[in-house]
Amino acid sequence: MPHEHHDHAHHLLPSDPELKLKAIEQILLDKGLIQAEAIEEIIESYTHKIGPHRGAELVARAWTDETFKTRLIEDTDNLLVEMGYSGRQGEHVVIVENTPEIHNLVVCTLCSCYPWPLLGIPPSWYKSDAYRSRAVSEPRAVLAEFGLELDENICVRVWDSTAEIRYLVLPMKPLGIEGLSWQQAAQYVSRNAMIGTALAVSPITEDE
Amino acid sequence: MIMASSDRPDPLNRGLPHDLGGQTGHYYDFSAVQADEPVFTDAWHGRALAVTIAAAAHGKWNLDASRHARELLSPEDYASFSYYEKWVSALTDLLVQHGLVSRQELIAGTASQHRPPLPASLSAKNARDMIHTGSPTQRPLLTSPKFDIAQKVVTKTPAQTAIQPGGHTRLPSYAALKTGIITACHGAHILPDTHAHFKGEAPEPLYTVSFKASDLFAGGNDNDEVRLDLWERYLEPAPA
Repeated sequence: MPHEHHDHAHHLLPSDPELKLKAIEQILLDKGLIQAEAIEEIIESYTHKIGPHRGAELVARAWTDETFKTRLIEDTDNLLVEMGYSGRQGEHVVIVENTPEIHNLVVCTLCSCYPWPLLGIPPSWYKSDAYRSRAVSEPRAVLAEFGLELDENICVRVWDSTAEIRYLVLPMKPLGIEGLSWQQAAQYVSRNAMIGTALAVSPITEDE
Repeated sequence: MIMASSDRPDPLNRGLPHDLGGQTGHYYDFSAVQADEPVFTDAWHGRALAVTIAAAAHGKWNLDASRHARELLSPEDYASFSYYEKWVSALTDLLVQHGLVSRQELIAGTASQHRPPLPASLSAKNARDMIHTGSPTQRPLLTSPKFDIAQKVVTKTPAQTAIQPGGHTRLPSYAALKTGIITACHGAHILPDTHAHFKGEAPEPLYTVSFKASDLFAGGNDNDEVRLDLWERYLEPAPA
């Protein structure tokens, strides 16, 4: 790490905010207020263990198992606890299902609330001022920039996550999912589809 | 990047920079979004998140207070800081405010004393458990909810709902003084407005309220809706 060598050229130094963090982190470590092992554990959890693969599993299992889907929608929190997919920033989850008439889109205009246990840490664009400001006032324009043009007659239903309820979009099942296992189907569920800025991908389209 | 203050009616503008819904002038190239964007685009981002979570485990402040500390960044800093720079700055403010770190230590860049981990500091195992269990905000519902499903309600303004001027509240200004319909009641939840200021959990009924997009924003599509989760005190019955 290029630190504590002030005679290096400026560009070798970490960024200002990174240096600010280093300073405060070192003070906390030295004072015994944080433990290095806990820091590594948290980073490891959100880098490798917790991410959109969990949400994709839920969606794929809902697509391929009607009983699971009913439970997922009607008894969400108990199911997530049973599966080990509950937790920080996902204590109270509501699944919102896309239909031919309704397209759901999730945002947090006041900060960056997001279902961490199901999708992991939100991507940069979700936390951007542009997404937070525009997703409520011009969702169709935002979706078009993501490449998703929706028919005028479809209701775009935007969920502004203003409380501790976290929303996960259940995308419509695309053509070609029938006959697949949930493990196979999960490959066609993107993170963006579970936020609402994309549709699930059809295996048929992809193969052709 | 910041909207001119004259663009917003005064009673709704509390001067806090985080209330972004409906603002114009912010740009992001959504067409270039990569599906496989790394979780932490710089390694220090993950550390910023982890240090923030670990420091909060001392219980000196709660998540609502943490959010409010970010809201209290100056509008200039809020607009120019990157996401995790806001986190680190707000964390530092909280550490000083709650006496865990002194201003002198920040200036010196070193701890005034070195000690082994305090009993209260988060261990790796406790970090795993905390991530896994979270902190539910639902509380027993002690009074029956004032509003029924499908009832029409009108929102107050953020200035009215915050318990002090510039205080924390979760009513965005774009949804102030608007008529909507209750679509769900989630039971009682901790009230962020008091909780952020260490004035108790004060749980009260939390509702999902659905608004017509065209009632909130000029140019909103008549078919579209915006739904928000709003506490009971943010709402009044709509005039018959």
